[in-house]
Amino acid sequence: MNNDKLIIGGHEFNSRFILGSGKYSMKLIEAAVKDAGAEIITLAVRRANTKEQENILDYIPKKVTLLPNTSGARNAEEAVRIARLARELGCGDFVKIEIMKDTKYLLPDNVETVKATEILANEGFVVMPYMYPDLNTARDLVNAGAASVMPLASPIGSNKGLATKEFIQILIDEIDLPIIVDAGIGKPSQACEAMEMGAAAIMANTALATAGDLTLMASAFKNAIEAGRKAYLAGLGRVLTRGAAASDPLTGFLRD
Amino acid sequence: MENQFFVDSEYLSPKALEIKHRLETDPTSRKNHMEYMPGMEIIESDVCKNVMEHFNSYDYTKYTPKDVVAALEHETCTIEDFKALLSPAALPYLEKMAQRASRETAKHFGNTVYLFTPLYIANYCENYCVYCGFNCYNHINRMKLSMEQIEKEMKVIADSGMEEILILTGESRGQSNIEYIGKACSLARKYFRMVGLEIYPVNTDEYAYLHSCGADYVTVFQETYDTVKYEQLHLLGHKRVWPYRFDAQERALRGGMRGVAFSALLGLSDFRKDALASALHVYYLQRKYPHAEMSLSCPRLRPIINNDKINPLDVHEKELCQVLCAYRIFLPYVGITVSSRESAQFRNGIVKIAATKVSAGVSTGIGDHEDKYSGKDTDNEKGDEQFEIDDGRSLEKMYDDITDEGLQPVLNDYLYL
Repeated sequence: MNNDKLIIGGHEFNSRFILGSGKYSMKLIEAAVKDAGAEIITLAVRRANTKEQENILDYIPKKVTLLPNTSGARNAEEAVRIARLARELGCGDFVKIEIMKDTKYLLPDNVETVKATEILANEGFVVMPYMYPDLNTARDLVNAGAASVMPLASPIGSNKGLATKEFIQILIDEIDLPIIVDAGIGKPSQACEAMEMGAAAIMANTALATAGDLTLMASAFKNAIEAGRKAYLAGLGRVLTRGAAASDPLTGFLRD
Repeated sequence: MENQFFVDSEYLSPKALEIKHRLETDPTSRKNHMEYMPGMEIIESDVCKNVMEHFNSYDYTKYTPKDVVAALEHETCTIEDFKALLSPAALPYLEKMAQRASRETAKHFGNTVYLFTPLYIANYCENYCVYCGFNCYNHINRMKLSMEQIEKEMKVIADSGMEEILILTGESRGQSNIEYIGKACSLARKYFRMVGLEIYPVNTDEYAYLHSCGADYVTVFQETYDTVKYEQLHLLGHKRVWPYRFDAQERALRGGMRGVAFSALLGLSDFRKDALASALHVYYLQRKYPHAEMSLSCPRLRPIINNDKINPLDVHEKELCQVLCAYRIFLPYVGITVSSRESAQFRNGIVKIAATKVSAGVSTGIGDHEDKYSGKDTDNEKGDEQFEIDDGRSLEKMYDDITDEGLQPVLNDYLYL
């Protein structure tokens, strides 16, 4: 268990909880790092480097890896420009690609995401694309040089949990990169379920940001993610779905 | 009781007064408000037709408490649900609506509140809109800032920490032409991360030009969607053309703007119908331009110089809150801006329910930021205000107050791409 690391683009992490951005408060960052043990925190470039009294960058501890995202990009070209800007700002080489052509549901544009991934991977970025869980796109992302694949569980901010469960399972089964479940995780139990399925990590924001007791919720997520991970590594046991198993085996007629 | 809008200034010549009185009393002396003037671009769009079908058929008296309860129970708010939430039957459910709205706001915006400030650069106007302090018959100090003066104002505002600015002019193409506004946008890009515009409606190519100068957000208030009432309130000038104004946001998006903002001026006409049309204007444009960012404002009528009796009539704070809750439940993803027309107390409360953006450090006058921000009485030339504001909090005070409410003030969430 101690050697169970999350590896993204050659970098090792102990924690499998990633704090999303967008709905920041400084208290949230503190809770995510201290109580949820987050080692990766995403950062909306469009909010960084402002003259704001409370610059987000100042609040992120040095040991935490910054994952700048390209939110605000409507196509691959804009995402590439934001990623380069993030690098210039000193945010490092990680980038989470978010390309939305839809302001209502904020659903990612898979086609543009593949394009941006290829360009940025060639420029040496550790590219973590946010995507709608589609196997063909995931394969394209692998070929384009992605370091992980981040399928959405349900619409962002909806707290609706694993609405795309079956499709995420397909990605987990078929794609060799870490599958990080992003968006829509509303409760620790949903995070746990995704981890049991074999997700490599969980990204969440709203679920914590809007909790009654932030600190308590942060530690609940930490425990849930760890529990799900352990269950996955242990190998889930038999699950009885419809009553007891037949007492007369169906294969009893076989003679040798 | 209706507002008494007509005020005669002693400074008007007998000839001007005669024309003014004729416009006020004789509808045949006024131009057809549904007819485009030369130079106004006509676009093919069905948005107006869709919105006005609902507007015209909306009978809010037919909704019952049962409809309201059902609307609040539905996970997705339909147009019919929205109509129920805007109806008088929903008023007793205001607290429940606020709780639902607050949840939707938290889902989509977390606990963030964006801050911006308006900068009026000219108050010349060619229109006679009877409720507006800038109207061409109102005797006020007129002024248009030079580029040097604009830059000075921008520096004062930027020094306060503000990162988003909304540039406004009176509606005079003659005094404030596109080039003048474009230059102001280019200057603003030097000092601010986000530059919005609230100017007279223009054609698509002109919006594209202003976008290339650095503007990325266009606000146009329709004032009222009731075309008959509109005709009686906007007696003279290009603003009189109702359909050209209606299509302004669509032209702005076609011109490449990232986002557009909408509103009726509540209190001019039947506010429930105007609120319905404002939200449906957003709804139908969003379906057509899904990438665009949209926001709604909710201005209520305010007193102006030379007419301190103007008021929002039946749109009290409760009704305003109802409208904002209904907006939020129907359109959970849109920004909602509440301006300094409203009191500090109202704004502190509504950011916890539905509003996502508030102004701070506001002046609706021309060239007076240095005086207002420094508390000094400089001899800078100044132009008069468009309307009286209520909430005069500085950026610093607003920032602290929002933080004290347990929310996160955000000065910028934007990149010009």
